[in-house]
Amino acid sequence: MRRAELVMAVVLAFFSIYLMWKSAELPIGWIPGEGPGGGAFPFWLSTGMLVCTLWILLRWFRRTSPIARSTAVYMDSHALKMFLLVAGSLTAMIAGVEVIGIYGAVPLFLIFYMRVLGRHSWKLTGMVALATPIIAFFFFEIALNITLPKGFTEPLFYPLYDIFL
Amino acid sequence: MDVFSLLIDGFFIAFQPLNLALIVFGCTIGLFIGAMPGLGSVNGVAILLPMTFLVPPTGAIIFLAALYYGAMYGGAISSIMLGIPGASTAVATTFDGRPMALKGMADTALVAAATASFIGGTISVVLFTLFAPPLAEVALTFGSPEIFALMILAFATFVGLGGDDLPKTLFSIFIGLVMSAVGLDIISGQPRLIFFGLPGFYRGINFLVLAIGIYGIGEMLWTIELNRGQVKVTQAKVSLRRIGVSLGALRHSIKTMIMGSFLGYFVGILPAAGATPGSLMAYGVAKTLSKHPEEFGTGKIDGVVAPEAANNAASTGSMLPMLTLGIPGSPTTAILLGGMVIWGLEPGPMLFVENKDFVWGLIASLYAANLFALLINIAFIPAFIWVLRMPFTILAPMIFVLSLIGGYAPTQAMHDVWLMLIFGVVGYLMRKLDYPMAPMVLAIVLGPLAEPAMRQSLLISNGSFAIFFTRPIAGSIMVIALILLFLPLLKTAKTMIRRPR
Repeated sequence: MRRAELVMAVVLAFFSIYLMWKSAELPIGWIPGEGPGGGAFPFWLSTGMLVCTLWILLRWFRRTSPIARSTAVYMDSHALKMFLLVAGSLTAMIAGVEVIGIYGAVPLFLIFYMRVLGRHSWKLTGMVALATPIIAFFFFEIALNITLPKGFTEPLFYPLYDIFL
Repeated sequence: MDVFSLLIDGFFIAFQPLNLALIVFGCTIGLFIGAMPGLGSVNGVAILLPMTFLVPPTGAIIFLAALYYGAMYGGAISSIMLGIPGASTAVATTFDGRPMALKGMADTALVAAATASFIGGTISVVLFTLFAPPLAEVALTFGSPEIFALMILAFATFVGLGGDDLPKTLFSIFIGLVMSAVGLDIISGQPRLIFFGLPGFYRGINFLVLAIGIYGIGEMLWTIELNRGQVKVTQAKVSLRRIGVSLGALRHSIKTMIMGSFLGYFVGILPAAGATPGSLMAYGVAKTLSKHPEEFGTGKIDGVVAPEAANNAASTGSMLPMLTLGIPGSPTTAILLGGMVIWGLEPGPMLFVENKDFVWGLIASLYAANLFALLINIAFIPAFIWVLRMPFTILAPMIFVLSLIGGYAPTQAMHDVWLMLIFGVVGYLMRKLDYPMAPMVLAIVLGPLAEPAMRQSLLISNGSFAIFFTRPIAGSIMVIALILLFLPLLKTAKTMIRRPR
C-alpha cells in the first residue's frame, strides 16, 4: 500500500499542476466590473488540490497515517487479474458500441462475462444475452423515447422503427 | 382557520376518481423511474409531461407531483439494493443503505427509507400549508451571499463525511468543484478546462456521468475484488413480522427523521437548491450530531433515514417558490413550471387567490401521493429483495449494462460513456487508498450553484469577502459552517493532548 499511496499522491500532484496550468487559460485575477476571472475558481481550487497532495506526501514521509505505514499489497495477483478482465471487457464493450452499437456489443459482453467469468451454463447465458437487448429496446427506445447508439447496424432497425414508433 | 377549510376542499378534489387514479399511476411510475440508475424525477417529469395534455391541468400537475414523489421513494431502492443511486436525490442513501443490505438488513433499510420518506413528506406538507406566504417573503430576500454561505455550510458538513483523512477529503471536494467548472463559464461565456480540445467537454461534465461511473462501475469493481469471485447471496426473509420489527427499530430514529424533514424542507424552499443538496446536508448533519459518527457508512439506520426524510421534504419545499414566486425550487420543479405555463396557470401570489382549487387540490394530493407511495413501496419490497438474490456474476454485468445505458441516456453522447468508465476505474483505484468518493460527487453537484453565487457576491462587494459575514443571514450561516469545519481539527487536537497522559 505504501508504494501505491506514494504513486497516487505524486500522480495527483502532477494532475493538480496540470489543472492549475489549464485553468490559467482564462484570467485568474480580478476583472474590474466583472468580478473574479473565469479561471479564478478552478485555479485556486487546483492550488488547494496541490496543497492537499503535498500534505499527503508529508504524511507518507512521516508515516503518520495508517495507509502510509501499511505493508499490505495494493492489489494481489487475483485482484489484478479480475480488475484487468472486468475493466478490459468493459472497455471492449464500450468500444464495441461505437462500432456495432449497443445491441451488438451488450450481448457479446454478457456472453463473455457470464460464460467466462461466471461459468454459467450456455442456456442461462443465452437467455440473458438475448433478453437484455430486447427488454432494453422496448423500455428505453419505445417507452422512454431515448435513442440508443446502434453503430453500423442502424439500418437493420428501420423496420422496427416503422412498426413501433 | 381559513387554511384548513381550503385544505378540506383540496382533499375533495384530490380524491376524485380520475385524480386518485392519476396519483396511484404517477406514484408507481415514479417509483420505477426513480429506482433505475440514471433516471430520476427530472427525466420522468420531462418525458411524461407531453402525455399530460390529455387530462385537465389539475390532474396533470397531480400526476407529475405524484411521479416526483414516487421517484423520491424509488431512488432509495436502487441505492440500497444495488449501491447505485437511483437518482441524484438518493446519493446520500447509498452511504449507509448499501452496507445495510450487505449485512442482510436490506428489508429494514427499505422499510426505513419508505417510512422516513413518508414522515418527511407529511411534515413538509403540513409546513407547506402553514407557512407558505411568510416563507415566500424570506426566500425572496435570499441573495447570492446567502446561497454561497449555504453551500459552504453544505461543504462543511461533507468534511464530516470524509472520515478522518482530512487532506484526502479536501482533495475530493476540490477536484469535484474543479470538474463542475468544466465547460462554458457562466459569467463570461468563455470555454473553460476543455481537456485536449475535445468538443464533448463544452457541455461540461454531467453529474450523472460521475455518479454512475463511481457508484455503478466503481462499486462493481470494488465488490468484485471484495468477494474474490465467491458469490455472496444475502438471504432476506420478508414477512409482515419482519416489517413490524423494522418499524419498531425505527423509533430510535424519530428525531433524525424530524431533523431531516425540517432541514430538507427549508433547503428545498431555496431557489435552485432542491432535494439533492437537502438530502446530502441532512446526512452530514445527522452524522455530525450523532453520538457515534464513526458508525455512519457502515450501515446505520440514521444514515438512511435522514436523507430520505429530507429528499421528500425538499421536493415539497421546492414547490413553494415555484407556486408562490414562479421561481423553480429544483430542476424538476423547473419543468413543472414549464408545464404550468403551458396549461395556462400563472405562478405567483395570485395563484393562491385566483386558482385556489388548483393549489389546494395539489397540496392535498401531495399528502395522498405520500400515503400511496408508502403503501406501494412496501408492497413491492419482496420484488426488490428478489433482485438481490441473483448471483453476483449475473447482477454485475447487468449493472454494467445499466450503467452504460444510464451514462448514455442523459446526453446521448458516447463521450460521456467513456468519461464514466474513466471515472469508474480511477475512482476505484483511489477508493482503495481511502480517498472518499462521496464528497467529490457532492461537490460536482453543488459547484454550479456555489460558483456563480460566489462570483456575484464578490461583484456586489467589489472583491471583499467580508460580504459573507456582514450580511446577517449569510453571516450566521458562515459562522455555523466554520464551526463545523474546525470541529475535526479540534477533535484531533484533543486526542493529541490526551495521548501523552
